[in-house]
Amino acid sequence: MIRFDNLSFGYSHKKMLYNNLTLSVENGSIYGLLGKNGAGKSTLLKNIAGTLFPIKGTVYVDGIEPRDRKPSFLRTIYYLAEDVYVPALTIKQYQALFAPFYPLFSQDDFYKNLRELEVGIDSKLNKLSFGQQKKFVIAFALACNTKILLMDEPTNGLDIPSKAQFRKLIASAMNDERIIFISTHQIRDLENMIDKVMIVDNGNLLLYSSITEIGEKLCFKTVKQIPEGANILYTEKMLRGTSVIMENINGEDTAINLEHLFNGVTENPAIAQKIFPIN
Amino acid sequence: MDFRDNQPIYLQIAEYVCDQLLLKKWLPANKILSIRDLAVMMEVNPNTVQRAYDFLQQQEIIINKRGVGYFADENAIDKVIKLRKEQFIKNELPLLFRNMYLLNLSTSEITQRYEDFIDQNFKES
Repeated sequence: MIRFDNLSFGYSHKKMLYNNLTLSVENGSIYGLLGKNGAGKSTLLKNIAGTLFPIKGTVYVDGIEPRDRKPSFLRTIYYLAEDVYVPALTIKQYQALFAPFYPLFSQDDFYKNLRELEVGIDSKLNKLSFGQQKKFVIAFALACNTKILLMDEPTNGLDIPSKAQFRKLIASAMNDERIIFISTHQIRDLENMIDKVMIVDNGNLLLYSSITEIGEKLCFKTVKQIPEGANILYTEKMLRGTSVIMENINGEDTAINLEHLFNGVTENPAIAQKIFPIN
Repeated sequence: MDFRDNQPIYLQIAEYVCDQLLLKKWLPANKILSIRDLAVMMEVNPNTVQRAYDFLQQQEIIINKRGVGYFADENAIDKVIKLRKEQFIKNELPLLFRNMYLLNLSTSEITQRYEDFIDQNFKES
């Protein structure tokens, strides 16, 4: 479990990004961290990984503070940065150098992942194309079998078949003990992988809810006329009518559209807050 | 698999399982795909497949044998048909009735067309 306890963070004391953020993250879910560029997605992940420290408040990962960077903590977490950096090593050399830090690293998983993502294993890493490098680090990150896996924009730079392979790998890597965090602004790529949604904007957590709860509280549909008196979170004119997200008062079970939800929540945070009170 | 945008994903997964049973690709009283394998195949979160399986268990279409896995019920096909019938009556029939009313189509005309349709598509010549 990850717990943020009154976390405040800013890159300078004058301009704070997060103010008094308190929330808990349970095991056994894939968290989708959604936000525009500069919204504070990577910042949040780096506070969990212990590469950035809160100015006030505390982050606890299973009771341990990441900022202490204890080896016993670091071996349980993998942070996959958005920008890929790979040294001039072969895949085997890279594994020999970095895998020993992760006691649950599985060579079988590693080669299986590389095979499924179609990354050749004989090449020097820095000679690979950007997309191949990205797939290599994904294959490695998943093979480390850490309890916590943080991935910053993992589908950036992947071609369409690789995105599908990526989803399959995530589905097979998931279990009740793990926490997988995926930050993205390309919601479509991962729509069906996420079961808990976090939407951040300007360092504010605007929404934190499970897909099940979203389905219970909101209904997503296309209507000819917007019903009067309904609590509307989002509308968008479409060819066939108007796409709306409104409060689900009749217990309807509709398909969630995360892109519309994201737009609705960032445009009307006050309405979202009313339907989904945080804390 | 391509998902439609008019129904929650978990219900579409449940529908897929029902289709496999009706098509006899998955057999009654036999083991069915594990949650993980189906999640990988469909590229969805395993918790979503879990939700679909919970739903199918409530309908007694599948059974969870602890430690062994999920199995199709012995009478799975009858139960799928019963469930589909309920869904058809609840979701599709009102639309059909509404259009019949708007277009002033009589039930006798519909009966005739229904019988022709069955003759053309499902009767062996």
